[in-house]
Amino acid sequence: MTLLAEAGTQVLTTASAPSCYSRLTNEWICGQYLTDRHQEVLDATVQHIWITVVSVLVGLVIAFPLALLARRLPRLESLILGVTTGIYTIPSLALFPLMVPFTGLTATTVVLGLALYALTILVRSLLEGFRSVPEDVVESATGLGYSRLKLLFGIELPLALPVVMAGLRVATVSTVALTTVGSLVSYGGLGNLIKDGVSTNFRAELLTASVICVLLAVLLDVVLVGAQRVLTPWTRGVRA
Amino acid sequence: MNILSEAWRYLRDGDNWTGPGGMANLLNQQLLLTITALVMALVIGLPIALWLGHLGRGGFLAINVSNVGRAVPTFALLALLVVAEWPGTQSFGPYGRAGLATLIALTLFALPPIITNAYVAVREVPPDVRESARGMGMTGPQQFFRVELPLALPLVMSGVRLALVQVWATATIAALVAGPGLGRVITDGFFRSNYGKGIAGAIVVALVALVLELLAALVQRLADPMRRGGSSSNREMGVSAGTSTVDETVDAVG
Repeated sequence: MTLLAEAGTQVLTTASAPSCYSRLTNEWICGQYLTDRHQEVLDATVQHIWITVVSVLVGLVIAFPLALLARRLPRLESLILGVTTGIYTIPSLALFPLMVPFTGLTATTVVLGLALYALTILVRSLLEGFRSVPEDVVESATGLGYSRLKLLFGIELPLALPVVMAGLRVATVSTVALTTVGSLVSYGGLGNLIKDGVSTNFRAELLTASVICVLLAVLLDVVLVGAQRVLTPWTRGVRA
Repeated sequence: MNILSEAWRYLRDGDNWTGPGGMANLLNQQLLLTITALVMALVIGLPIALWLGHLGRGGFLAINVSNVGRAVPTFALLALLVVAEWPGTQSFGPYGRAGLATLIALTLFALPPIITNAYVAVREVPPDVRESARGMGMTGPQQFFRVELPLALPLVMSGVRLALVQVWATATIAALVAGPGLGRVITDGFFRSNYGKGIAGAIVVALVALVLELLAALVQRLADPMRRGGSSSNREMGVSAGTSTVDETVDAVG
């Protein structure tokens, strides 16, 4: 008798207070989810960050020589801008599959695809940045005997930095958002959680992953703004 | 490379194009979704942005709506709308399963480029031109329709073009939440390990994206008789990447 009653109350208590992410309640906001599944969420976030950062860096490494080439050879400029803009118009969900025959179902597919998008923004902002360097400054530096390389890294690049950084911020923020689509090949960082959240109708997981994704974009943007302030101390005085 | 020939075979098979779930139908559905969302975003966003630009107010909002639009993943918003009580997965007329949710998401993501570009376009009309218009005795509406709007049109159009690209891309992603459109060919292929099919879908989606972009570029050129022949690439990017120039405009506006 008592055993039965005890079991009865146990069932009752579990039924009356199910965790906020159980199928019955399926709440959007659920702290219990975060504490129970923190490892899963952390792993996805870490994957999201490294895919984003590596993609933007790869994009930057490819964009820099392309921008220099386009600057030197104006005829190549329209070709480079045309091709990169063309790539940019291809939806991410189509670009990843198009890379699969070459890179397989790996993280490389996602990273290269995202790098191609970042590239478009970065080439344009690099070119615009170089264009924003005052010509008399370049002339004085040349007159002082600066070599081409020293001119590029000592004068032009620092002066172009504010415009380039603006492009880098845009590229980074959009890459954070686009990484989620990588869940098509299971390398989508937080996108993997979003995909799982949709297919299993799991609201807490879905909302948590989405919110972290937006926070990540804001965080990386703030980091880049900070980096820009440190790298270009002379712009602060001018603004104020 | 075996997958590529599989994709090619899928594309050449007429059966994959016809029928209710065929690619022709899905393509039509996605084009319909794209156009509807773009028109809705234009109807909602354009008057507000142009009016704010004319008044020179709300610049902070008009610029930052683009930053917010970039930071929110399209996939996440689609997913949230589909899993929510409303609009959920209910089908909506010719727009298919989760049609309403998809349309809402597409419209929301079309708004930022339209609003930001239209606002900046009107703000960037040179002050002396605006002043001469006022000096000639033009009323506010005359100033707007005869001077500001024609001068702003090229940049407004490049915003519409950006929005079109964005909407087409988002409409494809709708398939990730089992929504309508051609993206379904891609997701079906990938989630059922039929990679040839997935890649075939991707090829069609990418080609249509390029065709749409070229058409939009053509329309933009027609709407801009003054700059025909010249390159317009510098100006377009003034909004998407050159945030610094945009910020300066806002600072000037206060």
